[in-house]
Amino acid sequence: MPILDHLWIILALPLAGAAINGLFGKRWPQSAVNSVAVGSVTLAFLAVAELVREFTLLAPDQIPYVGRYFTWMVAGPFKVDFSLQVDQLTVVMLLTVSFVGMLIHIYSTGYMAHEGGYYRFFSYLNLFMFFMLTLVMAANLIVMFVGWEGVGLCSYLLIGFWFLKKSAADAGKKAFITTRVGDFGFTVGVLLVFATFGSIDFSAIFKAVAANPISEVTLTTICILLFTGAIGKSAQLPLYVWLPDAMEGPTPVSALIHAATMVTAGVYMVARMNPLFSRAPIAMLVVAIVGAVTAFYSATIGLVQTDIKKVLAYSTVSQLGYMFLACGVGSYAAGIFHLMTHAFFKGLLFLAAGSVIHAMGGEQDMMKMGGLRSKIPITYWTMFIATLAIAGIPGFAGFFSKDEILEAAKSGPNANLILWVLGVAGAALTSFYMFRLVFLTFFGKPRYDEHHIHVHESPKNMTIPLVILAIFSIFGGWFAAPKLIGGIDYFEKFLAPVFSMYAPPMAEPAHVLAESTASPEMELLTALTGVPVIVAVLGLLVAWWLYIKSPETPKRWAQSLRGLYLLLLNKYYVDEIYAALFVRPLLWLSTNVLWHGVDEGVIDGVVNGSARVARASGGQLRRLQSGNTRSYASWVLIGAIGFSVLLIALYVKVVH
Amino acid sequence: MILPLIIFSLCALLAVGGAVALILSREPIHSALALILVMVSLAVLYLLLGAPFVAAVQIIVYAGAIMVLFVFVIMLLNMEAEERTDFSKIAKFVGVPLGLVLIVWAAYWLAHSPAASAMGTGAAMEPSSTRELSKQLFRQYLFPFEATSILILIALLGALVMARKEE
Amino acid sequence: MSVIPVSWYLVLSAILFGLGVVAFVFKRNVITIFMSIELMLNAVNLAFVAFARAHNQLDGLVFVFFVIVVAAAEAAVGLAIVIMLAQHRQSLSVERENLLKF
Repeated sequence: MPILDHLWIILALPLAGAAINGLFGKRWPQSAVNSVAVGSVTLAFLAVAELVREFTLLAPDQIPYVGRYFTWMVAGPFKVDFSLQVDQLTVVMLLTVSFVGMLIHIYSTGYMAHEGGYYRFFSYLNLFMFFMLTLVMAANLIVMFVGWEGVGLCSYLLIGFWFLKKSAADAGKKAFITTRVGDFGFTVGVLLVFATFGSIDFSAIFKAVAANPISEVTLTTICILLFTGAIGKSAQLPLYVWLPDAMEGPTPVSALIHAATMVTAGVYMVARMNPLFSRAPIAMLVVAIVGAVTAFYSATIGLVQTDIKKVLAYSTVSQLGYMFLACGVGSYAAGIFHLMTHAFFKGLLFLAAGSVIHAMGGEQDMMKMGGLRSKIPITYWTMFIATLAIAGIPGFAGFFSKDEILEAAKSGPNANLILWVLGVAGAALTSFYMFRLVFLTFFGKPRYDEHHIHVHESPKNMTIPLVILAIFSIFGGWFAAPKLIGGIDYFEKFLAPVFSMYAPPMAEPAHVLAESTASPEMELLTALTGVPVIVAVLGLLVAWWLYIKSPETPKRWAQSLRGLYLLLLNKYYVDEIYAALFVRPLLWLSTNVLWHGVDEGVIDGVVNGSARVARASGGQLRRLQSGNTRSYASWVLIGAIGFSVLLIALYVKVVH
Repeated sequence: MILPLIIFSLCALLAVGGAVALILSREPIHSALALILVMVSLAVLYLLLGAPFVAAVQIIVYAGAIMVLFVFVIMLLNMEAEERTDFSKIAKFVGVPLGLVLIVWAAYWLAHSPAASAMGTGAAMEPSSTRELSKQLFRQYLFPFEATSILILIALLGALVMARKEE
Repeated sequence: MSVIPVSWYLVLSAILFGLGVVAFVFKRNVITIFMSIELMLNAVNLAFVAFARAHNQLDGLVFVFFVIVVAAAEAAVGLAIVIMLAQHRQSLSVERENLLKF
């Protein structure tokens, strides 16, 4: 089994690409940089494909397949190996990450062709792939944390890629610091895991938690701490503020990192730790609530944004909320399913938006677009397909995954109708603002100066990935299709062993069986199954009416509901609130206490003070050198007396 | 019985008086003569302590050669009397008190050293002490003896070189 | 004959030594300072002889011998230096020789 025995190859390929491009790429032509970067990721993808083939040949008791490579740290009982594992969840994540990553690398060769720092971009992008793959393949919490932090680093580097632009540099810092807050909770959680289980290895932890009863308080604390890391990394309430600002980075970065892969790390982590979460119902509830509320909240902000990338950013936050909602109500498979389909259609949306921006010569304000449908048809059709997917229109990938989530929220084992309502409302808003985006951008009369901006379709290396992702946005969800007609969801079936191996025994299975289809509550719930579809179509219609049929209406509504409109447009003023609450006091503390007080006062004071003491004592001692023989003589005398005193004292001590 | 006491007191007074005169004199020639007085009285004291050889050497070499040399140089250089200005504060405030302290201190400890309780007799230490002394000098202390002769040679050369007129 | 305790000689030696120190510190003429050094050496010689008597050994006397020899050599060289000083400068006051001042 060549790849399974050498899992590290999948990691080594992008790392080598990053190193080669980083060290040597500066003087190479773009074609050389391309070959190295795209080549390494493509090879990684092929390796993953081969991995999947070998994986299908494994027997069930060989899964998870673990490769232990070297002992990394040993400190008393704390032992960390660098080990990688492969199970069904890993396979799904590997395929998603490497495939979408490969497509985005290809796209970037076109998008970044006229940018400076070309080699640096691809070096960072490859480095990111390395860290993300490490995160996904990790077999213990510490290696996962390496990947976790590494993707955070690459995110910072790539958001601030155009570092000479102040807003970009600030956005990079904001991303890093905000996720740091979450990472702190995550680290404490890892420590608590080690304190509780004596190990940070996934297999060891899961076996322990299944075999021994651990106090629910401990488990809940662990899960909530780990989840705070996810809140930061996956941009949920209240640590989502960095993601909209992260749009300062180049669009392929937004597509890869902030849509398809890095932000999904939090969801992956929750799904991976499902044995712990399943035994801590309060933690699951927290996850679900945070997810649902974020989904709805973020959708409301996206309603009125005018920057095309900002709309997509808030949409990402919202969709991530859905994934956490799924995990929170116990349907981890649905969450991962949505993760995968989201990677396809959100990645596509960002890439297409990048194509639009590229066509418009850098313009990102939708209000200044319009009527692009005929001019950039490939971009238009792929974006339209992606929008259908994200809105949850039946037949497209997003429908299946979103529907599963809402079903689980409504009728699953941990169903919660309030969360379902939030989810449905969010779906309605999602459909609305996504179609609003499409209509504003591609329909209507051009609202820009056609003489200055010559709209042209993007080159092939940008449009081909669009088309490929569009195909997956249509067919990528059809694994689950048979469930609609009474069959089984193949995706869920594939992932089932991951979520059932260490699952807690089902409480009250009789309760579910007893609830036959007869009771009126069950009938109501069944009737509500189709609601998500209805609201999706409703959103489409409203958007069509507002932006195509009667374009003056949005302005009128904005005028009449001015307060609400401004609130949404300014993102609920959250950034301003954070600045006042956290940033300004911290800056004050840093400047006055740490800088003036400690650094200048104490440290400089000690250094300067010792210099001053040396100088002063030197100045005093120099007066000894008077050139005056008699004073020298006097000093000799004093010394002689001192010495004789010493001798006599010693003599006295010896004698007595 | 009383004679040694008289001699001792006389010589002690002369010695101390000479030392004080050395300090208080303004003319350097007076100080030189005072010093000669001190040396002569010390020579008598050596005799009293029973060391005739040392007493003779003191008179011949110290008082007779070295001090003569001093007197020659004083007369050659024709020095003036000292002025009364005193620049060094250290000397005034530290030197004299410390000097006095030193005197008292040294005197006390010397007087209470274990050897001090012995008695100084008037007789010579041993019969023909000079013979014994010379035996010691040429046996045990031969090396220092020869070394000091070389030292004198070097001093002679040094003095010659330095006092020569520039050509 | 009455015997005089050795300690008296030692006290006398100490007094002479102290006076020599005072002269050394106080006087300004170079030759006078030299003479005070000779005074100090003499005081030390007296102490040596007194101790030789006290221990009834001859080593103290040998040492006195060497002290005198060395004092002679030192006086010769020192006076030569003084003569050179006098030739190059007009005054023999120790205060003027302050070239070693910082």
